[in-house]
Amino acid sequence: MIRSLLFIPANHPGMMQNADIFNADAVIFDLEDGVIASEKDAAKDLLVSFLNHFHMQHKKIIIRINNIDEVQTIIHPFIHGFLLPKADEASLLLLDKTLTSLEKKMKFDHLFHVIALIETPESVLNALNIAKIPRVTGLLLGAEDLATHLGVSRTLEGREIEFARNMVIYAAKAYQKNAIDTPYTDVNNINGLKQDTFNAKNIGMNAKACIHPNQIDTINEIFMPTQEEIDFARKIMIAKEKADLDGLGAFSVDGKMIDQPIILRAKHILEKIKD
Amino acid sequence: MILNRLNRKIPSPYKPFISDDAFLQDTYKPIPKQNHKGIVKTVDSISTLFDILKIKDGMTLSFHHHYRNGDLLLNKVLEVIKQKNIKNLTLAPSAIFPVHEPLVELIKAKNVDKIYTNYVNGPVAEAISHGHLKDLLIMDTHGGRARAIETGEIKIDVAFIAVSAADKMGNANGIDGIHPCGPLGYIYPDLYHAKHTVVVTDTILDALSKNEISHEFVDYIIKIDQIGLSTGIESGTTQMTRDPIQLKIAKDTVSLIDTLGLIKNKMSFQTGAGSTSIAVSHFLKDIMQTRSIKGSFASGGITASLVDMHEAGLFEKLYDVQSFDLTAVKSFKKNDQHLLMDASMYANPFYNENVASKLDIVILGATEIDLNFNVNVTTSSTHKLMGGSGGHSDTAYESKLTIITTNLVKSRIPSIRKHIQTISTPGSSIDVLVTERGIAINPKRADLIQRLKSSKLNIKTIDELYQMSLDIAGEPEFYPHKDRVVGLIRYRDGSIIDSIYEV
Amino acid sequence: MIYIKTIASAGTYESNDCIVTIKKADTLSIEIESVVFEQFGNQIKAVALKTLDDLNVKNVSVFIKDKGALDYTIMARIKTACKRLGVYHD
Repeated sequence: MIRSLLFIPANHPGMMQNADIFNADAVIFDLEDGVIASEKDAAKDLLVSFLNHFHMQHKKIIIRINNIDEVQTIIHPFIHGFLLPKADEASLLLLDKTLTSLEKKMKFDHLFHVIALIETPESVLNALNIAKIPRVTGLLLGAEDLATHLGVSRTLEGREIEFARNMVIYAAKAYQKNAIDTPYTDVNNINGLKQDTFNAKNIGMNAKACIHPNQIDTINEIFMPTQEEIDFARKIMIAKEKADLDGLGAFSVDGKMIDQPIILRAKHILEKIKD
Repeated sequence: MILNRLNRKIPSPYKPFISDDAFLQDTYKPIPKQNHKGIVKTVDSISTLFDILKIKDGMTLSFHHHYRNGDLLLNKVLEVIKQKNIKNLTLAPSAIFPVHEPLVELIKAKNVDKIYTNYVNGPVAEAISHGHLKDLLIMDTHGGRARAIETGEIKIDVAFIAVSAADKMGNANGIDGIHPCGPLGYIYPDLYHAKHTVVVTDTILDALSKNEISHEFVDYIIKIDQIGLSTGIESGTTQMTRDPIQLKIAKDTVSLIDTLGLIKNKMSFQTGAGSTSIAVSHFLKDIMQTRSIKGSFASGGITASLVDMHEAGLFEKLYDVQSFDLTAVKSFKKNDQHLLMDASMYANPFYNENVASKLDIVILGATEIDLNFNVNVTTSSTHKLMGGSGGHSDTAYESKLTIITTNLVKSRIPSIRKHIQTISTPGSSIDVLVTERGIAINPKRADLIQRLKSSKLNIKTIDELYQMSLDIAGEPEFYPHKDRVVGLIRYRDGSIIDSIYEV
Repeated sequence: MIYIKTIASAGTYESNDCIVTIKKADTLSIEIESVVFEQFGNQIKAVALKTLDDLNVKNVSVFIKDKGALDYTIMARIKTACKRLGVYHD
């Protein structure tokens, strides 16, 4: 499970060649909204050249494409996945088909992931069917575009996107996919970022996209389990082992009854910190 | 030319550098201090002073740089030199800044033939790089300059000491008056050993808040219109960096210090004035506050960020040799644990238990570093003169842990080279290099390598970092310089560590 | 009337980037202005020549105003400029 994704405009070599030094779990090279229309040709050439010639250190690379036709010109073994803007069920299925055929033809050593960018009212309402698509590994909420569709302003409190956040979370979790929160755009406001990230985490998001490297550490920290959660999870696993040996089904830790869902959550927490 | 122990060519009559601790075998022979007898004489102008002292060709005049780029005194003295057409002078200003541009003309016209300094930047640096100085530029460290003056190696005829206020008796300081500049750490060797000492100020008061300069060492006072610009002290980098790469380097540096278990009570710390240094202080402050750590002292040129840590109770004392901004100046006046540290007490290798020797950690910069950890802070990668050791070699040797922070590659230029343009500080004094793509530990610190073996830090060898930078940027061509030696880099103990050539 | 392009450019003058301006010409020529000219001038020229050769573009005069761009950037900007000029098609 990832925690942080960093957007990098694909026409900006200084940012692209330094993307790998930051601690984001994934980088999103952006060919779409991060590049003005007159430069989209240059951005594509730059991205392809970058993938072919620059030796990036280990990082999950995701490309936000403009449209599905672009995929075949930029597809590359170093790419992990694609972020499809204004994603809906139809376009995602088309992208899926396109990738399947390219994978067959070009014999890559891995399959490409897709992250669906949920930024229209329809895709919010249809989030469950989007999450169901096997190739989709995550849903990313695009609150800025969504707010425009709704005719509202964005706020830190986030009431205007509460429903959308929940839909993304429930849909993603129904199929064990990543629920990725929208970026916080005030890059100089670390306290605002913290609040926004906690708001997202506390209702079930497991990751957040960001638009500036200075935001990454805050996001990673918040999406990591706390030391208390880790200690408690360890206690649970130790108690479970003991209970299993003793042939006991139910057991308690620190006075709390521990049943299956809690055991599963403890396992997830310990897996998160393995990396 | 002969080769010194670092395999650098130096002119043959000079003493070659052997090692950073060779001075331990030397005997220190300081000359006696010159107390001045009689009453301090007030003189109405610099020009009159020149007449009284019969300042003539070939003499040595010294200055300090506490007003940094707001200094006005050196230029005023240069005006008089030009007017009286005095030639072949040696100047010993402790540092030279862009504001000293008028000196270029006097260099070209041979009014000034030789310069001793610790740091030089701007038009004067360019003029020297292009070979206009008739004799050599000798660059000392802060501690080395003190040593050279105290032993008489630099014989000063007249020391010009700019002060923000003086009293009628000749006592003076840098904190009273309209244009304060903070503690006058660099002046003391000049004050004690120059043949004639001249205090210059724009403010004469009946009484001073502190007598940092004692009248018994002063011969003359001159009052002029404006002694310097307090605002010129700030060199533009008073804000913490926003550059994400610099922030990463700063964070990783503090992580390293933490992993080594050095963030603890009574810790001592020094860093420079750049925006990355300020970021390091910021992250260190966070941790110290969270864990309620009380350090013993922070030292150096003092900045607002260090004052902030002192006032937050994180460092008990500040040892200050110069103020890098106005917050530091104000703090020096107001906080009684913000203390003056003179150049000798700070960094003279022959000063027993100098302040630098008590440092746990020092964080320094570099323009270039080679595979043996030798560092260049004197010239750019095209051999242009653009800085100088200052306290670099001093603190690097004395401090228990010396960390260099720099970008691995910046605008395609790699900082690690097989061969650097000049060596300012020897690799034996450097322990760790922190870059945005990894941390390299000097192999001679097997203890650090051992301690950091199983840490989460991104530890690489310096060769691995070098290869990385070649892979990213390609191999740069070594920029050639001419054969003529225009300057010497003099190590703390007076030996020559490298030569500076004409570009 | 058909407007025929005779000059095109690509890239920016930001740190780590370069502006490549290409004009149709009788023979191939490359002019470089770079903040790292002393150290990478020859390398930049070599990359430019190879890139144009790979693209099979011959009759152009190229002006590169460089601010420390790495090889991959120079190659990409040259390619884009050629495409914009119409002397190369993907």
